[in-house]
Amino acid sequence: MSVAWILLMPLAGGLAAWIAGRWSDLWPRWISLGTALLHLLLLLATWGVFFAGIETGQGGWLVVYKQPWIPQLGISFHLAVDGLSLLLLLLTSFLTVLAVLTSWRSVTRSVGFFHFNLLLILTALSGVFIAFDLFLFFAFWEISLLPLYFLIGIWGYENRVYATTKFFIITQGSGLLMLLAILGLVVVHWQSTGVMTFDYLELVGTPMSKATAWWLMLGFFIAFAVKLPVVPFHTWLPDAHTQAPTAGSVALAGLVLKIGAYGMLRFVMTIFPQAAADFALAAMILAVVGILYGALLALGQTDLKRMVAYTSISHMGFVLLGIFTWNELALQGAVIIMLSHGFSAAALFMLVGDLQHRTHTREIDRFGGLWAVTPRMGGVGLFFAMASLGLPGLASFVGEFLVLLGAFRVNVPLTVLASVGLVAATIYSLWMMQKVYYGANTGEWKLDDTSGREMAIMASLIGATLWLGLYPQPVLTTSGDALAQMRQFADKARAPASRPPVKEVQGPKAMASIPPDGGRRP
Amino acid sequence: MNVFGALTPIVLLGLTPLVLMLVISFRRSHGLVVVLSLAGLALTVAVLPGVAASTAPPVAPLLAMDAFALFYIGLLSAATMVVVVLSYGYLERAPGNREEFYLLLTLATFGCAVLAASNHFVSFFLGLEILSVSLYGLVAYLRTTRTALESGVKYLILAAASAAFLLFGMALIYADLGTMDFTAMNSVLAGKAREPTLLLLGGFGMVIIGAGFKLAVVPFHMWAPDVYQGAPTPVTAYLTTVSKGAMVALLLRYSQYGGLLDYESVATVLAIIAVLSMFLGNLLALLQENVKRLLAYSSIAHLGYLLVAVIAASREGSHAVTYYLVAYFITSLGIFGIIAALSDERKEADEVSDYRGLFWRRPWVSGALSLMLFSLAGIPLTAGFVGKFYVLTAGVLSDLWALVILLVVSSVIGLYYYLRIIITMYLSAPDDPSSPLPATRRFSLPEGLVLAGLTVLLIWFGVYPAPLLGAIQAAIGSLT
Repeated sequence: MSVAWILLMPLAGGLAAWIAGRWSDLWPRWISLGTALLHLLLLLATWGVFFAGIETGQGGWLVVYKQPWIPQLGISFHLAVDGLSLLLLLLTSFLTVLAVLTSWRSVTRSVGFFHFNLLLILTALSGVFIAFDLFLFFAFWEISLLPLYFLIGIWGYENRVYATTKFFIITQGSGLLMLLAILGLVVVHWQSTGVMTFDYLELVGTPMSKATAWWLMLGFFIAFAVKLPVVPFHTWLPDAHTQAPTAGSVALAGLVLKIGAYGMLRFVMTIFPQAAADFALAAMILAVVGILYGALLALGQTDLKRMVAYTSISHMGFVLLGIFTWNELALQGAVIIMLSHGFSAAALFMLVGDLQHRTHTREIDRFGGLWAVTPRMGGVGLFFAMASLGLPGLASFVGEFLVLLGAFRVNVPLTVLASVGLVAATIYSLWMMQKVYYGANTGEWKLDDTSGREMAIMASLIGATLWLGLYPQPVLTTSGDALAQMRQFADKARAPASRPPVKEVQGPKAMASIPPDGGRRP
Repeated sequence: MNVFGALTPIVLLGLTPLVLMLVISFRRSHGLVVVLSLAGLALTVAVLPGVAASTAPPVAPLLAMDAFALFYIGLLSAATMVVVVLSYGYLERAPGNREEFYLLLTLATFGCAVLAASNHFVSFFLGLEILSVSLYGLVAYLRTTRTALESGVKYLILAAASAAFLLFGMALIYADLGTMDFTAMNSVLAGKAREPTLLLLGGFGMVIIGAGFKLAVVPFHMWAPDVYQGAPTPVTAYLTTVSKGAMVALLLRYSQYGGLLDYESVATVLAIIAVLSMFLGNLLALLQENVKRLLAYSSIAHLGYLLVAVIAASREGSHAVTYYLVAYFITSLGIFGIIAALSDERKEADEVSDYRGLFWRRPWVSGALSLMLFSLAGIPLTAGFVGKFYVLTAGVLSDLWALVILLVVSSVIGLYYYLRIIITMYLSAPDDPSSPLPATRRFSLPEGLVLAGLTVLLIWFGVYPAPLLGAIQAAIGSLT
């Protein structure tokens, strides 16, 4: 079976929704919901097939599709799915379903175009996760900007034009930097082999001088660091997240940040292993700075949505830490955080969105005592506050624990500092609960509690968070082979040079023998 | 020897204005003239494949009708056809006689075709002057308005001055090399010591000044904003595309044959011009409120990008220049076409504020315009992106890292003003009825078809560029 349906289906659905929007506001919603649900179901089925393959020892690439696209320049339409891609595809598809649902009532303007943009995000991000040609990857990477640009610019809040322009210019600028790095890599490959190609699998292991590798690695790193975001490059994030409509924030926090992490894993670490290893300490320091800085700024916010945005920076710091630790434990942890943060950030942004829809404000000081008015919403809020602070049994605990465990073997002081971030997360999460749900209802709010639709969204996210927290093994197994393969690529590319400084216990079996948070073996 | 066979496209292009002139003297009819111009241009495009396939020797003393020239003649004629269609709708609403406009337009394209095929300083200068003299008339065609007259005079004076520079430069080069034929120059230069004489360098410098005026690159760009703003919008489209495209074609051929880029100093001068154009164009565009002026500065920046590829004189460089040019033609014609089609007799739709809320009333038009602007900004899925990508590739292949990085930085600056126009279209429409109402004229069928066609091409060449790349590679291959 060709994998092109992963891209074509949401694109077709989006166009249909746009066209249907001419006649009705309801049709685009149903079409998008149907498309996204079908997409999710097909991906789940694919996951089933994939899992069966792993059980019988046939892991690795699931499906490959390759067609020449611009043969003059060695560009091909090369799609492939491995375990890591599959997990992120599932997350993308799942969150898109929720984004459609959460906009059911709050979006009333140009509904068709709105849903087209949502499904275009799904298309572009799916493309990012399965493109194995660097040109194709870059194209999808850039295309994902356009729908977000429109989502924020048209359906956003009061300061949307500023936020969306800033978002677009900064991310596009960093994207062009990556394009230069891609071109540099291709030319280096062309000079050493005489073959002009943009194919990832051929470019992996390109021999190059230390200086070249360093500069090209830096080009990729900065592009991904802007998306992730890593601290000096994060300034677009609070504005964009705050001004975006709820569905846009869900897409940004849940998905777009992940393509930064994905790019680091897939490209920076495997194509430039030695340069990345030399850079690891700096990157890990940046990661810890991000963890602490994000948490600290989250504490200082008066705008609830902005606060959630800053917590994202903090969580993504753990992902970066895990990636540059580059041992199996930490990598697995980073993947789990990518998923768990997708769930919890989406939930928190939707809670803020629901609150704003009811109260028309995001000022933390104007809230208070909402538990008495909206007990169900309060309960959900408490759950995700706990998930965010890393309560054992919930998803982010597994990820952060694994990352810290892995990082501890590489750099103890940084790990200790990163752990302080967990304390800070506890403070800001509880502080948020205090300010919004507990205390006296000073604003004298009288609000409707969560509707059935909102509760269904939250229930699915709670379920996912619990599942990932209590039984993460299927996810670990799925990503295990993909991560092992990346480490092989890196080792092969590094082989002529020195061995990696840190040697770890390797292999999926070794991994499985460390039960994170008492997760039971299958 | 059947030279005439190879020259057929040029002859057809030269006959078109003659026929128009005769027809106009007997019977004035706007529609008829438009149809005849389109027929002449279409016929030219139609004979190109036949000429390319014929065995006629492609090189005449003054004109080289090789695949390169044929490709460019096709491109320029097709672009002129678009301009003709746009002018029809635009001039219908203008006062005075309209028919001579097309006479001048086809004559200008004839000059452009000569430039594209030029193999000799004589044909270079003849082609340039035919183009320039027609453009004086075109720019000032709506002579009852002050701005048109102002820009006409401005263009006349500066173009005449630049032609003088060009002639002097040619004379200096001739004095040094003793030939005006590009191919002969190449062999003379190959036999010479690598150190250029002062005479030769001076000649090159003057030729660059002459060409720089036509391309409106910094520091020869002063005329562009005023002329762009004052000229009738279809003429502005013509100035941006056909007129500059012909000059780029000549520059490509001259740099391949005439040894222009073999000299470090000439390449350095071109690099400085490119960098200045990219930055000054993009920075000054940030300050503009008038869309036509803004696009004038944007065009300066885009020519700067193009020069980077010209300097990357490798073969990929020539391919990149041509691809970029095709993309730029499509995009610019589309944008100016939409501006022209939205304007009506009362108001030219050329202020950024005129576009406020356009999306909510004209979703298709603003969608197409957004795509065009994204293409200028170089966002994937548009032809402009592939063009920019190709230019960057050519630069990187030639190790021009500094230029390439500056290109990227300046195009990030440029993003801002494209986004500004785009986001303006998606803002809510002004409620205040006294604010300048955006023009809301319905498009005529030909206008709509042409603009839709350009949009489709924009996406097609952005998504599946392989066929066009193949055609360009076949054409440029003939140059070396």
